[in-house]
Amino acid sequence: MTAVTVVDYGGGNVRSLCAALERCGATVTVSAEPSVVASSNRLMLAGQGAAGAAMQALNATGLAEALLDAARRHVPLLGVCVGLQVLFDHSEEDDCAGLGLLHGSVRRIEGAERLPHLGWNDVEPLSEHPLTHDLPAITYFAHSYAVTADIPSALAVTRIDRATIASVVAHGSVAGAQFHPERSSEAGRQLLRRFLAWDGDA
Amino acid sequence: MLRRRIIPCLDVSGGRVVKGVEFVNLRDCGEPVDAALRYAEQGADELCWLNITAGDEAWDELLVQVADAGTRIDVPLTVGGGVSDEPHVRDLLGAGADKVSINSAALDRPLLITECAERHGSQCIVVAIDARRSGDDWEAVASGGRRTTGRDAVEWAREAVERGAGELLVTSMDSDGTQRGYALELYDRLLAAVDVPIIASGGASSPSDIADVLELGVSAALAASIFHDGIHTVEEVKQTCRERNLPMR
Repeated sequence: MTAVTVVDYGGGNVRSLCAALERCGATVTVSAEPSVVASSNRLMLAGQGAAGAAMQALNATGLAEALLDAARRHVPLLGVCVGLQVLFDHSEEDDCAGLGLLHGSVRRIEGAERLPHLGWNDVEPLSEHPLTHDLPAITYFAHSYAVTADIPSALAVTRIDRATIASVVAHGSVAGAQFHPERSSEAGRQLLRRFLAWDGDA
Repeated sequence: MLRRRIIPCLDVSGGRVVKGVEFVNLRDCGEPVDAALRYAEQGADELCWLNITAGDEAWDELLVQVADAGTRIDVPLTVGGGVSDEPHVRDLLGAGADKVSINSAALDRPLLITECAERHGSQCIVVAIDARRSGDDWEAVASGGRRTTGRDAVEWAREAVERGAGELLVTSMDSDGTQRGYALELYDRLLAAVDVPIIASGGASSPSDIADVLELGVSAALAASIFHDGIHTVEEVKQTCRERNLPMR
């Protein structure tokens, strides 16, 4: 069984993510300890709420530094929703600096008729990658901010009226999903299984 | 393309799913977690868990049940009913709810919406509005319809969104539980008034009632009776919607 550590920085949806990972056969550890995170071999960063609060919590607890350490060791890391957004350089939401593991800015979605983008939408692959193998798929989203589809790390995109956002991203061993795999039924489990089997290479 | 959602609603009292007509005469309809799992298997896009028991003891029991449901289902879960302050919202999100709906407490103290949205993000704050026909308009009523507020429902919807509501769950009290169809005119006005997703609730008697309200442009339709009684499955409803070219999952 694959072991994975879910980083707990008080950001919600940790329980449902753990349950989904366990359904995929993973052995899950939930930890708020930087030392545990820094020595883990597979990491997930959940997320719900605002990017500013998430970054503040990661910085205050020392978890931000631990995540950067893990990324330097080429440990597979998957961020979900706000957990994806904090991987980037910057977020327009709360005008905060992110971890800077992926390049680009998170912005409020422009061109959608209604926000938040709430509900099930298509995820269309842009390129071949171990994490995009089961795409296209329909998954569940709940957010108003996103990275645009033209960033270099975009692996899959999602269209919302006139907007196109990056819905799966990866660079090196650092990856993210803008949707919620833990609430996306079988399509979500497919992504989690791919992540659990991923060695962190393209 | 963003799909329209079908949301079965579980009205939960004393740990059991119940169903009444116009919010009275409750009937027992089984275990909530079992019902949630059954609907998720039928293709429900989301589930709504409406707690209709008051009191602290009932609240602790609710959190235990939500935690159980939240780890066993694999589609989003919205929980509401009796949410009166920010710690309630935090408790429910911590237990595993994806969204929390606030109703009477927001009418009593609209600032609650802002506090919750700032702390948890608008995407998980649903403001539930119970609307009752009043002349040519609709009035927002509180406490499950037992209390009038004198507030225009559409105006209240606009204010709730300005204050940070990420979604509105609007029930037409005149139609609720009666299976006479959704109050289409109400949703038409709401769609023009706000730019967040709207969930229509109250009055579905058939798959075509649900298709009617979705065709109008609401993001989701919530229904209880037609699913609990086993008259129609979620998949049947979605099939009817697909036949009318609505984008469904």
